[in-house]
Amino acid sequence: MLAALGQGSVAELFEVIPERLRARAWDLPPGMSEPEVGQYLAKLAGLNAQDLVCFLGGGFYDHHIPAAVDALISRGEFYTAYTPYQAEMSQGTLQSIFEYQSAICRLTGLDAANASMYDGGTAIYEAAMMAVRKTKRKKLIVCTSVSPIYRIMLKSYTVNLHLELVEADLSDPSALQGLLDQDTAGLILQNPDFFGVLHDYAPHFEAVHAVKGLGILGCNPIALAVAKTPVEMGADIAVGEGQPLGLPLSFGGPYLGFMAAAEGLLRTMPGRIVGRAHDKEGRTGYCLTLQTREQHIRREKATSNICSNEALCALAAVIFLGLMGKQGLVELAELNMTQAAYARERLGAIPGVEAVDQGPWFNEFRVRLPIDARVAVSRMIDKGIAAGFPLGRYYPDQANNLLVAVTEKRSKEEIGYLAEGLEAVL
Amino acid sequence: MSEVKKAPEGLYYTKEHEWLRVEGDLAVVGLTDFAQDQLGDITYVELPEPESEVEQMGEMCVVESVKTAADVYAPLSGVVVEVNSALGDAPELINQDCYGAGWLVKLGDFDRAELENLMDAAAYRLLMAEGE
Amino acid sequence: MKTIFEKSRPGRRAASLPCSRVDERFCQLSQLPPELRREKPAELPEVAEIDLVRHYTLLSRMNFGVDVGTYPLGSCTMKYNPKFTEWAARLPGFAGLHPLLPQLRRGGLLAQGALRVVYELEQLLKQITGMDAFTMQPLAGAHGELTGIMLMAAYHKDKGNQKSIVLVPDSAHGTNPASAAIAGYQVVTVPSKDGVMDPVAFKEKLNDEVAGVMMTNPNTLGLFNPHIAEITEAAHRADAIMYYDGANLNAIMGYAKPADLGFDIVHLNLHKTFGTPHGGGGPGAGPVGVVEKLMDYLPISRVEMRADGTLFLNYDHPNSIGYVAPFYGNFGVCLKAFAYILALGGEGLKEVSEDAVLAANYLRVKLGDKWEVAFNRPCMHEVVFSAEDKAADYGVSALDVAKALIDEGFHPPTVYFPLVVKESLMIEPTETEALENLDAFIAAMGRIADKAAGDPEALHAAPITTPVGRLDEVAAARHPVLKEPEDQGA
Repeated sequence: MLAALGQGSVAELFEVIPERLRARAWDLPPGMSEPEVGQYLAKLAGLNAQDLVCFLGGGFYDHHIPAAVDALISRGEFYTAYTPYQAEMSQGTLQSIFEYQSAICRLTGLDAANASMYDGGTAIYEAAMMAVRKTKRKKLIVCTSVSPIYRIMLKSYTVNLHLELVEADLSDPSALQGLLDQDTAGLILQNPDFFGVLHDYAPHFEAVHAVKGLGILGCNPIALAVAKTPVEMGADIAVGEGQPLGLPLSFGGPYLGFMAAAEGLLRTMPGRIVGRAHDKEGRTGYCLTLQTREQHIRREKATSNICSNEALCALAAVIFLGLMGKQGLVELAELNMTQAAYARERLGAIPGVEAVDQGPWFNEFRVRLPIDARVAVSRMIDKGIAAGFPLGRYYPDQANNLLVAVTEKRSKEEIGYLAEGLEAVL
Repeated sequence: MSEVKKAPEGLYYTKEHEWLRVEGDLAVVGLTDFAQDQLGDITYVELPEPESEVEQMGEMCVVESVKTAADVYAPLSGVVVEVNSALGDAPELINQDCYGAGWLVKLGDFDRAELENLMDAAAYRLLMAEGE
Repeated sequence: MKTIFEKSRPGRRAASLPCSRVDERFCQLSQLPPELRREKPAELPEVAEIDLVRHYTLLSRMNFGVDVGTYPLGSCTMKYNPKFTEWAARLPGFAGLHPLLPQLRRGGLLAQGALRVVYELEQLLKQITGMDAFTMQPLAGAHGELTGIMLMAAYHKDKGNQKSIVLVPDSAHGTNPASAAIAGYQVVTVPSKDGVMDPVAFKEKLNDEVAGVMMTNPNTLGLFNPHIAEITEAAHRADAIMYYDGANLNAIMGYAKPADLGFDIVHLNLHKTFGTPHGGGGPGAGPVGVVEKLMDYLPISRVEMRADGTLFLNYDHPNSIGYVAPFYGNFGVCLKAFAYILALGGEGLKEVSEDAVLAANYLRVKLGDKWEVAFNRPCMHEVVFSAEDKAADYGVSALDVAKALIDEGFHPPTVYFPLVVKESLMIEPTETEALENLDAFIAAMGRIADKAAGDPEALHAAPITTPVGRLDEVAAARHPVLKEPEDQGA
């Protein structure tokens, strides 16, 4: 190859880099063979807890992932492709995203879904920015029972944008009085809320619509199988974390932000969107569409800067939803609620432990302990149980409150260990 | 002068390729033939809200084709009195009849003095010729 | 092909759920008040596992990935992704780890392996780029850009600087101006001269209002900007931050480090440079590195080491911009990149850049007979051609060339980008394509050039070997159908 270039060495090709700017040091370790890397990484994996019984949730759940999900997404034709710019040779990716969009629309009841956002938190931020753009207003109202992690993200993203971010406990819609005004772009709520409680936010969204603001609902996709849908509550945009749909916890990612919106908001929606199309011979196919919203065309005027998204995670999600199916997803949701209800009763029976909320709940709930929840949880770790998330971490006034998540994977026995263990450490 | 760059007499023009026709108290605005040809098949028009105010050469609306989007600027300051709602279902009207059925908005309450800042057909044609 | 919804048959199912084994009185669904319940179940498909597996297997066969063939998509670095990194990401000790675990008291001790991956990857990326610290939080390249601009803003705010402009060269990725605008900055474009950002034009645009400059070097034309020192020095005199878009870092590993070139912030596309699969559009990972003056602003948490050698999450950085992601980034992707870097080592990474640059130059020379190179001088990892002459002479556009390549069994290059070259074909062969694959690509491009002259109609008709031909994107955009209608498969 060098001969074809008329060059003596590869180094000559780098001569365009001025000598004084060249790398002075390159102190990286020597390469390793596949078995050596494997051994090292297996050792590191072994330093992580493997057998901990997990009652941690907080928006990220230990659900079962059917084997078919990984078998299918691991096909190299999906896995090693990129953004389907060339539609004719990307029909697999494109049709699967179209199916994913359809499934998200059916779950949320809304009109249009995009091909994915990075995660639930960035999806909330993007939804908030949609509301700001659409209404040309500056005020966002966020309920304190929206995930505190996402609220910190929202604050971090908007700090320089001259927006007004108002946080308040909005469990009772009357709390909105005095907050809603002519500058309100959007109202952001979450169902089930961060404490696992299911709500009907119809009155809230009616109130925000009365001032011509938009309603944004963060959702748990498995709860959507049974819970009142965003569209039934009157939300304009639904977003959420898609991790429960067949994605491993994987220490925080890759996950999947899903987003769906009412038709009138389609043009302000960020991210890629796949549409159905036809070729000259009338054959049906799929292509990226409405791309003028996106950065590669609109540059600084784009609705978002997103380029790479979480396409493979969206594929996993639509496969998961297909495997669960219409009835299966309802049964899965119900099973989560049932196991959580049992755990609630068992924990509530421990002297000094009481439920904080009235319910109804989905698969997570908070209990008040007689001691600092952080202490109780650290004692439980010795028993091989991650007992839940101490809420004092994000809510200083809730030091004794513990958030406990119970998925379909938690057996009656494991719930029993949790209750017995907790009783012993208090 | 190629056919595609035709610019009818009696209209005012901007260098951003909008045309304007004064009809009594109203000013009708659209895209020139050159602009629609450059954009290609128009797929969507984001029209302004009726009653919104626009400033001369301020952004007024956006037209989109598959691969590009272009801002449309208001030739005059004024108030949007009417938008061409037919473009919602049929944005191709701009490609088919840009000086007629493909009009974009009608402005009212404008300042005739600002017409001074616009080009006539001859000046616009000259601009097109220079651009070649 | 029919959608999964069209293949739905009432009553069919694949779900296999555990039995609850708790008393029936705990069944909550029937007790849920009607105002909290959805009216009817979501119309998800009703299929057996075999139906679903066949459906997605058939769909996969209508797709093209690096595992299938050569994929010289410029700027996207579609190199081969070694399979052992997939194995690593699936180790239960990593895949099953809940991200909140290290936030529990003593929980960090049970996540030391994962924290070590993050910590050691940070050390490696620091060495590769010359930066002083990294955050793994950003979830993709563009997300890294946004994070970088937020860091820039935090720096200026802290110093009391009033700056509102970000400079971006005209050859930049669209994400650069979009990221700067979304972070609240006004974007000013700097023109190129002879394929690279012109230092004279740059200095004309540079003033006290300029908060930062976003550059890719080598840029999207595959050209290294030899004026880089002059540019970064001028920027620093104006207290502007130099931002390095790491999309093209794969061209200079071992030869130059962004920090040595004068950059203050860098984002890396782990999925590009360090060979993790692109997944049909994602997930990626976009870690951001900074020089010392910006370290205080990095997102929290940061993974740090205690005196006893154990690692912990430190949230105590009061000047931090906050969270840009919920946890520690796309950990699974970071883990694969970590495995990739460990396997290649320092010399291997240097070879990656050498072979990538060699391959691109080989194409530049060999394709130069029949195709017009936009800037015919030694390039780095990618090379841009223009089909402008073919368009003028035969009415054959870059799009026609792309579609003809599909029929030849190749994924086409990036077309119509960068915007500074008309009818552009941006080719990035990557280091993993063997000589015979490059020669096959050259031969295919030769046949297409001949066909452009002899039978242009055939190119307009391409592709003809795919499940669908060119789709009517205009009709799709005018009347969008973005989901399966509800009555389908209901």
